[in-house]
Amino acid sequence: MAEVMEATRPAMASTSLLEVRKLEAWYGESHVLHGVDLDVRQGEVVTLLGRNGAGKTTTLRAIMGLVGRRAGSVRFQGQELINARSDRIARAGIALCPEERGIFASLNVTENLMLPPVVQPGGLDLDTIYSLFPNLRERASSQGTKLSGGEQQMLAIARILRTGAKLLLLDEPTEGLAPVIVQQIGRTIREIKARGFTVLLVEQNFRFAQTVADRHYVMEHGRVVDMVPNDQLAASMGRLHEYLGV
Amino acid sequence: MENLILQALSGLASASSLFLVASGLTVIFGVSRIVNFAHGSFYMLGAYLAWTFVTNLPRGHLGFWGGVLGAALAVGVIGMAVEMLLLRRIYRAPELFQLLATFGVVLIVQDLALLIWGPQDLLGPRAPGLRGSTEVLGLRFPLYELFLIGVGPVVLGLLWLLFYRTRWGTLVRAATQDREMVGALGVNQRMLFTSVFFLGSLLAGLGGALQLPRESVNLHMDLSIIAEAFVVVVVGGLGSLSGAALAALLIGELHAFGILIFPKITLVLVFLVMAVVLVIRPHGLLGRPQEAARGTGMAEPVIRAAPPALKWLGLAALIAAILLPPFAGDYALTVLTDMAVFILFAASLHFIMGPGGMASFGHAAYFGLGAYGAALAVKWLAAPMGLGLALAPLAAGLGGLVFGWFCVRLSGVYSAMLTLAFAQITWSIAFQWVELTGGDNGILGVWPAPWAAGKLTYYYLTLALCLGATLILRRIIHAPFGYALRAQRDSPLRAEAIGMDGFRIRWAGFALAACMAGIAGGLFAYAKGSVFPTYLDIPRSVDALLMVLLGGVQTLSGPIAGAIAFTGLQEQLSRMTDLWRLVLGIVIVLLVLFFPQGLAGAARSAWEARDARPNA
Repeated sequence: MAEVMEATRPAMASTSLLEVRKLEAWYGESHVLHGVDLDVRQGEVVTLLGRNGAGKTTTLRAIMGLVGRRAGSVRFQGQELINARSDRIARAGIALCPEERGIFASLNVTENLMLPPVVQPGGLDLDTIYSLFPNLRERASSQGTKLSGGEQQMLAIARILRTGAKLLLLDEPTEGLAPVIVQQIGRTIREIKARGFTVLLVEQNFRFAQTVADRHYVMEHGRVVDMVPNDQLAASMGRLHEYLGV
Repeated sequence: MENLILQALSGLASASSLFLVASGLTVIFGVSRIVNFAHGSFYMLGAYLAWTFVTNLPRGHLGFWGGVLGAALAVGVIGMAVEMLLLRRIYRAPELFQLLATFGVVLIVQDLALLIWGPQDLLGPRAPGLRGSTEVLGLRFPLYELFLIGVGPVVLGLLWLLFYRTRWGTLVRAATQDREMVGALGVNQRMLFTSVFFLGSLLAGLGGALQLPRESVNLHMDLSIIAEAFVVVVVGGLGSLSGAALAALLIGELHAFGILIFPKITLVLVFLVMAVVLVIRPHGLLGRPQEAARGTGMAEPVIRAAPPALKWLGLAALIAAILLPPFAGDYALTVLTDMAVFILFAASLHFIMGPGGMASFGHAAYFGLGAYGAALAVKWLAAPMGLGLALAPLAAGLGGLVFGWFCVRLSGVYSAMLTLAFAQITWSIAFQWVELTGGDNGILGVWPAPWAAGKLTYYYLTLALCLGATLILRRIIHAPFGYALRAQRDSPLRAEAIGMDGFRIRWAGFALAACMAGIAGGLFAYAKGSVFPTYLDIPRSVDALLMVLLGGVQTLSGPIAGAIAFTGLQEQLSRMTDLWRLVLGIVIVLLVLFFPQGLAGAARSAWEARDARPNA
């Protein structure tokens, strides 16, 4: 089995689900990303680590087409998306769960859940989603922003599991949540990985990241400066401490 | 008692019509955040198209109602076309630029309607089956009015179903709150926006078409309805449908009873209501604080010194303005004097809009207060010109202090609408307090002192005062007060955190701008020898806005270039062609599409690109 894995790895690498090359992004006149290179393979959970202001969130937003101007290349399933509008990128199968969660206050939980159109077959059905997030079923008719922070985070993740998106971009899903909720989010991420979703995750919480991820990219000054597989994490601790200053 | 019931019913009928128009406006604003001045034009088009359809279709139910619905649909399609061809390209532009674009559409529609339907009022047929009147509580009441009373609630109910029971409605409600996120979730916003424009314009068109049996169709319908519709939308709370219904009801009834109790108040009543509501509830009756539309806001660029070439150009223009006039004729001198006055008027508005970050839709109030301050002093105190010119900025500044105290507490469209309300209140005082101001006849005989009576001398006096005041404004922008003003505009919280009192800074800036506009108004009064209520009406405020936006908000030379371009264009166009509105409207639309930084901004970019090339 291991041999098979070894044998197929080069082929897998060349058929990354997401290939980002020399990605640059601007907000207004400020140049934020200076050439980001990264790959995410089918079925992987990959994190972006880095200090505040390194460009992690901007990388996700740039992949999603939500920055003022961008250049370089974003290929998803072989399809070039650098000039596509964000709704086309979403229909290609990428979905974003933003840091502030993007729950609509004027919509109730069900409406929030059903808002994104189904873009491709293969999404989870409503029953599966409710079994993953039982809280949401109970609060189906509550106003979206009346939920607790943890529930809002669940809703924001649940919302993009329905659409058939293949690659989920999660921006700091654990931020500001209680430890028990963070564990629950961790279980959720492992669960959706087991179901075949691919995840690119921005995380400040390094300890949390190592419990869910296969690989870690380290960002500094709008570039990716290093990549550490999760199984070599212990060996690379010194290097990481230097990058992250933790 | 009977009279009261009849008034209440007719109040309901006008509330109903008002709601149709306002609901369309509020839906469009909610989703696109565009302050759509052209909404009133869609209403007018609805009335004109309905007239054409109904008078050309066979008489009877089918002809009439088919014509009315056909007109509403046609207007919906026109609104869709405007969105696709024009507005779609400028969603990312600053809010005020979108406003300018829709105003270009207003001008174009006005002249096209004139071309197609002619200047005379058109009378439509009465609605078949609803011609007579009926008994309501033992009183005779027109059937058609009763029908209109029913239309409002029916439309409100249908809209509610549309927004809360359909997928499209869910998408619209979501996009109203955060359109970027809706796009990121895979919803095609273009289709959504276009369909919202279709619906909103259709409602405006329907509102206009249903007026056909009530009143004659004319070319003033657009501006008269847009002011009221905006008031309803703002009083109700921007983007709130139920708020618009409530506000329409409030204003319709107050209007009906206002006529009964105090007829003079009707001209200004709606604006009084708006002022009171906004002072008590800064986001309208049912409105919520607007969350800034993410991903669309552009940071205001830093004000930079003009490149040397532009400085030389400015100097050359100044030298020409001083040396050439002795060789110019009387007509040219009149135009040049107007230009100088409007440069200061525009610069004063730019001062609060650009560095201050507050839009004003009613800046003519201070221009007019200056003019009336001088003229009243002449009329009642026989004041000499010097005193009159000194009183002008005082009167305007006082007005700015009082009105500004309320306006600068609000933000965005709400603040701009409150300035408009105060301007309209001032206008109606000038118009209706005949004993003091002469009303519509104005105040005549406001002539300059003998030494300044010559056109050339008066031109030089105006040039000196206006340029002097404009330069003072420039200086202030570069002084610590100017930094403070820009700081509170860019980041109110941060400014407050380092100990700046944003309210006082904005208030002082507002009053100062009012003073400067007053100087311009006073000079204008003596130049014309008379003052009229038109000096402070809505079109004059719009002129000032156009000048500033044409020139560009982000450059200091913007208002100067804008004032010269606007005054020159209007003067030349109105001499060359009767269709000057059409041409001006097209110019504005093209400018918005191709020079989104305004004239001065475009000129600067061109210079910088030219300068950068040899280095690159």
